[in-house]
Amino acid sequence: MVRFAMVIDTRLCIGCGDCVIACKTENKVPEGLNRDWVVEITQGRYPHLGTEFRSERCNHCTHATCVEACPTGASHYWRDTNIVLVTPERCTGCKACIAACPYNARLIRPEGYIDKCTFCVHRVKQGLDPACVATCPTHCMHFGRLDDPNSTVSRLLASRDAFRLLPETGNEPQIYYLR
Amino acid sequence: MKRREFLKISSALGGAAVLPSALLSGCAPFPPPPGSGKVTVTPTVCEICFWKCAGFVHREDGEAWKVVGNPEDLHSHGRLCTRGTGGLGAFLDPDRLKHPLLRVKHNGRQTFREVSWNEALDYTADRLKRIAAEHGPDSLAVFSQSVGAQHFRTLAKAYGTGSFAAPDYAQCRAAREVGFFLTYGETIGGQERTDMANSRCIVLIGTHIGENLHNDQVQTFTEAVGKGATIITVDPRFSVAASKSKYWLAIRPGTDLALLLAWTHVLITEGLYDKDYVARYTLGLDELAKHVAAHTPEWAYLETGIEPETIRRTAREMAAHAPATLVHPGRHVAWYGDDTQRVRAVAILNALLGSWGRKGGFYIPEQVKLPEYPLPAFPEPKTTWRDAHGGKYPFAYGGVTNELIAQSSGPNARYKAWLVYEANLPVSVPAVADQIRRAAAELELFVVVDTMPMEVTGYADVVLPECTYLERHDPLRNEPRQRPSLAVRVPAFEPQYESRPGWWIARELGVRLGLEKYFPWKKYREVLDWQLRQVGSSLAEMERIGLKTFPRRNPEYIGAGEDYAFPTPSGKIELYSRQLAEQGFDPMPRYTPPEVAPAGFYRLIYGRMPAHTFSRTTNNPLLFQIMPENSVWVNPLTANDWKLQNGAYIRLKNQDGVLSNRVRVRVTERIRPDAVYLAHGFGHRDRRLRLANGVGASDTQLITQVKMDPIMGATGMRSNFVTFVVQEA
Amino acid sequence: MEEVLATARFNPLIDPSLAIWDWRIAAYLFLGGVTAGIMCFSAWALLANKEQQAPFTTWRLSLWGPILLSVGMTTLFLDLEHKLYVLRFYTTFRPSSPMSYGAWILVFVYPAAIALILATLRQGYPFLASRLERIRIGGWLLDMAERYRRAIAICNIPLGIALGIYTGILLSGFMARPFWNSAILGPLFLVSGLSTAAALVAVVARQPAERHLFTRIDVGLILVELGMVALLLVNLATGARIQQEALATLFGGDHTVSFWLWFVTLGLVTPLALETWDLRGGRVRWVLLAPVLVLAGGYILRQVTLDVGLAVNWTHFAVQFDPTLLERLHP
Repeated sequence: MVRFAMVIDTRLCIGCGDCVIACKTENKVPEGLNRDWVVEITQGRYPHLGTEFRSERCNHCTHATCVEACPTGASHYWRDTNIVLVTPERCTGCKACIAACPYNARLIRPEGYIDKCTFCVHRVKQGLDPACVATCPTHCMHFGRLDDPNSTVSRLLASRDAFRLLPETGNEPQIYYLR
Repeated sequence: MKRREFLKISSALGGAAVLPSALLSGCAPFPPPPGSGKVTVTPTVCEICFWKCAGFVHREDGEAWKVVGNPEDLHSHGRLCTRGTGGLGAFLDPDRLKHPLLRVKHNGRQTFREVSWNEALDYTADRLKRIAAEHGPDSLAVFSQSVGAQHFRTLAKAYGTGSFAAPDYAQCRAAREVGFFLTYGETIGGQERTDMANSRCIVLIGTHIGENLHNDQVQTFTEAVGKGATIITVDPRFSVAASKSKYWLAIRPGTDLALLLAWTHVLITEGLYDKDYVARYTLGLDELAKHVAAHTPEWAYLETGIEPETIRRTAREMAAHAPATLVHPGRHVAWYGDDTQRVRAVAILNALLGSWGRKGGFYIPEQVKLPEYPLPAFPEPKTTWRDAHGGKYPFAYGGVTNELIAQSSGPNARYKAWLVYEANLPVSVPAVADQIRRAAAELELFVVVDTMPMEVTGYADVVLPECTYLERHDPLRNEPRQRPSLAVRVPAFEPQYESRPGWWIARELGVRLGLEKYFPWKKYREVLDWQLRQVGSSLAEMERIGLKTFPRRNPEYIGAGEDYAFPTPSGKIELYSRQLAEQGFDPMPRYTPPEVAPAGFYRLIYGRMPAHTFSRTTNNPLLFQIMPENSVWVNPLTANDWKLQNGAYIRLKNQDGVLSNRVRVRVTERIRPDAVYLAHGFGHRDRRLRLANGVGASDTQLITQVKMDPIMGATGMRSNFVTFVVQEA
Repeated sequence: MEEVLATARFNPLIDPSLAIWDWRIAAYLFLGGVTAGIMCFSAWALLANKEQQAPFTTWRLSLWGPILLSVGMTTLFLDLEHKLYVLRFYTTFRPSSPMSYGAWILVFVYPAAIALILATLRQGYPFLASRLERIRIGGWLLDMAERYRRAIAICNIPLGIALGIYTGILLSGFMARPFWNSAILGPLFLVSGLSTAAALVAVVARQPAERHLFTRIDVGLILVELGMVALLLVNLATGARIQQEALATLFGGDHTVSFWLWFVTLGLVTPLALETWDLRGGRVRWVLLAPVLVLAGGYILRQVTLDVGLAVNWTHFAVQFDPTLLERLHP
């Protein structure tokens, strides 16, 4: 499987939400809906504090329970990659995929079918980064193939400490956060 | 049920148990992948904030698609910030001004009537002519902001006034410019000349880079963070920058100058300053040493609450990384009324570290030598904004908004007319609510040119709708930076509704006023083309590439041992300022302790947020979706005292009894127990802003105490205190 | 620790908490369960020659199956967000998806249940049978069904069990919803389904001996159900932290009342007590209440299970903004 992954450096992320707006405009996401979002976590007591920001979205898990749960095959992997997509004309709107996602990353479009981050597959096909990665003003987001040991993402993971969200679910999420 | 889908199902029912999907997917009206239609790309310069990033507008099949940065641009390195990326929202905002409006009396009530451009422009021109004849053209005050202001400044100068004011002067960064000008003979400029990508140590005094999203300020700052630079953040609030810092000094509000003086003391007494640089380029070290002799870290600890050992350690670390140590000059510095002096202390500290003109400190910026379009000489105005200051603020280099506003009503009102361009005065300028109301009642002409129905338009006689930056030509962007460049703004869309570009409005007024010779062209693109041809380019070329970089003429840094002359009276960096002394001000910064909060009150601190450019974007439908409201940050200890629940709505009341809109409480450790924090730009009270109306609290409204900086007129805004009004909000 | 969404997110039905499945799914799960029980009991009554003791169950109960199931299928259809594409359930089979199994099980359940009706129609509903015989193949259908009556009944039992268990596995298969993620949920829903079918017979059947039989059966089923509920709670209590959190909603959390009062007390314990009293010779009038409570309890079980399962998440962020503000975008 070609493994696409995102590596996000939390040391540099400032939680500005540029990624969210970039996704909205690039993908023409309907008003009021979000394919990605930013989380802010503060620990400690004034004045001994630490704050971390995380830009989150669908993790395009290699063992995606949403793909397994979909009864019609609308949720599927794109070609031989881990990019999880939804085929609108196969979707019945049963929402099993939403129940199956531990990250609550999916959403329902006004038309009725299920939607979510696509890793901007239409840009990936042209060799471009997803819009959020390309727009991030702190350059803290990286995208690439983990099955290529020389890619930026591979080298970053080899050299820095990273964590993933909810690895205990066994979904094998492919968004890595550098500490 | 549409006929097509009906056929789909009935044909499926007739088939076998497992049907080929082709039958069912047939003619599905699902959106195609973005970018698969016909895409057109137009260069632009963003106008959502003041950073002026060059970028490209993408349209797909004629519809607005997205705005992205120009990779060649130093302002953005190809990445627009949150607001710039959301710039299309300004274009798409259904609440934007659509038609010229004239205030009329209808059935005894005042209301706005939609009129034609001719009627609006004729009305304005007639009034202006009458005012010029009766009171003199210098009785026109012009309040403006942004790139497009240039068209109206030209018009106003041609008309014969000399009274110009921009909120970003007294309300924002002018104290910084004067402080640095007095020290180095040069200002910092609208594009901070910081070399943070090469800094090994960055000191932020209150500056919240990361929540303030001036694009490559943030990019270079985070680049430094990524390279392991030492960040020292001095802020009563745990800002985003503080969360990236090695040292966060949670300083008592209003005591920054004490810390700066103590740092200066440490650098001098421990001999940590750049001896060669100081000897070669500065004047006044002895006086400075004597001045800070008593300002020990122990003394500063009592004022600031910062441990003496921390003060020493941070000073030593700054020195260790010098000259690649930048004590950031800040941007909005209008805090306590002694702001020029506090910034002077920052400038002095940088001089001791030797960072001015050095790599990792402040670089020497350059812009393109771009000729101005030839116009006849402007008439000499009888009075200028300086006269409005009445002898105050001897070092002012621009008009103080508050002063001009104050002199627009009453029996001896200096101003009879206002022209306001893209400046939402009631929200941007503190403590002038009553004066604006009185001026609105007494002025003979109140013209507002804006894209949105901001509060200021509610006071106007005439509202002229400008189209957004995505629909117009504007002056070339030529900012002094590491490398000179020109960026062009050309329209990506036709002006919507009846809105028009600023250049057209200014020209039309100019023609009606008999000032056509100051607008000797038919369309502003002619000016752009002419200017570009003077430097070896053309509008056609720029419409393709958007941005053109030019070579530097002079070095970016001061060379080692270079015989560099500073444009000060002495030719040197003036640690001791004879200019200030001559005007009766302290030649070196003197610390005064801040006032204490009344019992039960908390200091009001305000700041920026990355999702918005203050009130300009709080109605932007795209940016609204990520941040629809602000909240008041309250420390859990304070919240506990007042039984404030996280997410509850309360009101704030300031020391003068002013009550705010209802605002959401955010209980967070990130703010001191004796202060509260509000993001600036919310609390709109105009029904025409359908998203932003009534949402959040306005800090400006609560800033009724203003401390004027006597040196240049900055309006210090951080001496206001609020208490909580917990009611059924 | 302050964990907050820095950018507003209000995806409908997802934020601030999942609300994707409501009464329409609860109704479907309930009616599916009842139908499962109906299939099992009517088939068993036929095979075990219970016509004397339980004539209603043997000859007439089966008709209720497809009718109730169809009501449930209707509410299920109503829950779909993309209704026009409903047939997509039947253009493929996904072995990893419990819902796909569910869709295809129906393809077998309906014919089996209808066949069982046909096999008993002449005895159970002679009027309807005579109507059917008027059609050319009607009589032939009835004959065939009666000839293979036993085989049809034998088929109905595993299909009924599958339908009953599947409604539970549908939910328990979601690891992302810790409250549901117990293997006991399938058997629990099956037992509940059998119990509600037994209660249905106890309400509708007229012969006292039949009602008595099914009351006894129901008592046994409720006891088993109570045991399974206890096992469910034990599973959660001894599970990972996230499962313990799920349990906490039932002990002092938001769903304490609906679970213990409406479901356990009113839906299980009270009818158990009433039915036991009835078996010991209690008065008839009060006692009709018991199976009605069982039926209500069956529905409440599904509704509470859905609500708690959707409320407990692996991720939880506090919201910083008023969700109603985004409604200003679409006045």
